[in-house]
Amino acid sequence: MNGGSGRVRVALYTTLVAACALVYLGPALFMAAGALKDDARVLAEAAGWAAVWPAHSTLSNFADVFARVPFGRYLANSLWIHLWIVTGGLVVNALAGYAFARLRFPGRHLLFAVVMGLLVVPFEAIAVPLYFQMTRLGLRDTYVVQIVPFVAQAFSVYLFYSFFLAFPRELEEAARVDGAGVWRTFLRVVVPNALTPFATVAVVTLILQWGSFLWPLMVTVGPGVRPLPVGLADFHTLPPLRWGDIFAYCLMTAAPVLAVVLVLQRWFVKGVLEGGVKG
Amino acid sequence: MTGNSAETAETRAGLLMAAPAVAGLLAFVLVPFGLAFGLALTDLRLGSPLPTRFVGVDPFVRVLTDPVFLRALLNNAVFAAVVVPVQTGLALLVALALDRPLYAMPVLRTLFFLPVVLPFVVVAVVWELIFAPGPAGPANALLGLVTLGGWAPVDWLHDTRYALGAMAVLSVWQGVGLQMVILLAGLQAIPRALYEAARIDGAGPFSTFLHVTLPGLRNVLVFVVTVTTILAFRLFDQVRILTQGGPEDATTTALYEAVAAAFDRQQVAVGSAMTVVWFVLVLAVTAVVRRMARGRA
Repeated sequence: MNGGSGRVRVALYTTLVAACALVYLGPALFMAAGALKDDARVLAEAAGWAAVWPAHSTLSNFADVFARVPFGRYLANSLWIHLWIVTGGLVVNALAGYAFARLRFPGRHLLFAVVMGLLVVPFEAIAVPLYFQMTRLGLRDTYVVQIVPFVAQAFSVYLFYSFFLAFPRELEEAARVDGAGVWRTFLRVVVPNALTPFATVAVVTLILQWGSFLWPLMVTVGPGVRPLPVGLADFHTLPPLRWGDIFAYCLMTAAPVLAVVLVLQRWFVKGVLEGGVKG
Repeated sequence: MTGNSAETAETRAGLLMAAPAVAGLLAFVLVPFGLAFGLALTDLRLGSPLPTRFVGVDPFVRVLTDPVFLRALLNNAVFAAVVVPVQTGLALLVALALDRPLYAMPVLRTLFFLPVVLPFVVVAVVWELIFAPGPAGPANALLGLVTLGGWAPVDWLHDTRYALGAMAVLSVWQGVGLQMVILLAGLQAIPRALYEAARIDGAGPFSTFLHVTLPGLRNVLVFVVTVTTILAFRLFDQVRILTQGGPEDATTTALYEAVAAAFDRQQVAVGSAMTVVWFVLVLAVTAVVRRMARGRA
């Protein structure tokens, strides 16, 4: 009896929290609904319940976006840039994390201390001199300048390092006894058992980098290599002002990361918490 | 013999494995970071025909006597002073709400977390319409509704009295989920036995919160407050997109001014000096915040 009324109470409380969550997500729902609305309705219905409900939905805004700006190009640029940042980052930072966690080589303590020290340098603190360096090298308006500086990440090295530290040594030792070298042991024994850090680092990297605005704003000139966020900043000031189109652009920009987070959210939460434990 | 060659192999592998990441971090973080200090002592302007000269602390003097940059630092401080307590408080509230018997907790947690993954540009653009001027703007309409028509519509983003506050609102909305997830994990790590003991001792909910929850959350809270402070000082994207620092410098920030100098006006030296000042300030504020947070709890 007590259990029954307890269950009802939990259900009521869950409903209340869910309602709060929906109110909180109002602005995001406003965007999603607006993307599906006839442009005039976005503004006309902005001040009431209809703001978050697309009663007369249409897909014409999405078509408009593709017609008015090279959205496909921006999307391809973003996907290409982040494909390399994420995969390159997995390789480079996993190797370094493993080396620091397991291997003995001269200078490893010093190098690791330097890497950890760089954790506190926010990208914004180096954007201006990096911009100067890259301009000097003639790398403005390229993919390279948007990819290469972001592959090595101190935070990712740290996540891999802490995972590999806790990795059971016995597995590696067995492989070594069987005559496998360091590389072979890493590739055949460690990597296949390290889904957690690889997935975590991939998701965290994608989410942190996908919305990048400051850097691509500085180093890109035209739509050629420009990613989605900078394209959106241009688009939202492009006359005529059509909020339906702008929200359609917003939704398509957010969709890839939203999809990743909905499917893989526990990996991101893990990554955030790993960082939190250290602080 | 074999032990020795195995050691050499390990040394070689270790160096090779660490090399790419270390090289990348040195080239793209450490070198530019050092360069920021160096460039800030010159008169470097991109595209200038004059040779670059070493001018000592001149750029720092210029930057620190520039009323716009000082206003930017003040805006940063005000923004952080509002956002850090409000965002941490809201995050704690949501985390406490989710740390109770609840169906589908991970789903609800994800819902509150979603805005964190939205690109800043998307968030800024959506809130631009929410803050639209006139009675039809959603923010004005909502306030009119809850005050039964007593709210006189304002132009949020173009009124010196409201623009920075509007930035704070959309920033808190976007960021609160991150703090919430961390705090929630901290709450879940507090042993249930402590709550049980408090209940047996006859402690009420407020007393339990004060004597069990808060002490148990101490380290996590220090971390959350520190991170939120750093993130608050990074304010840039929203400003660049929504107000370009205006109206009358009401929303400009140190980073906005640094980028405007280096990128819009090609004054790399001035931009670097602003960046250095900003970085030192962030370090100092973070240290103070950590000390305060540690001391209080």
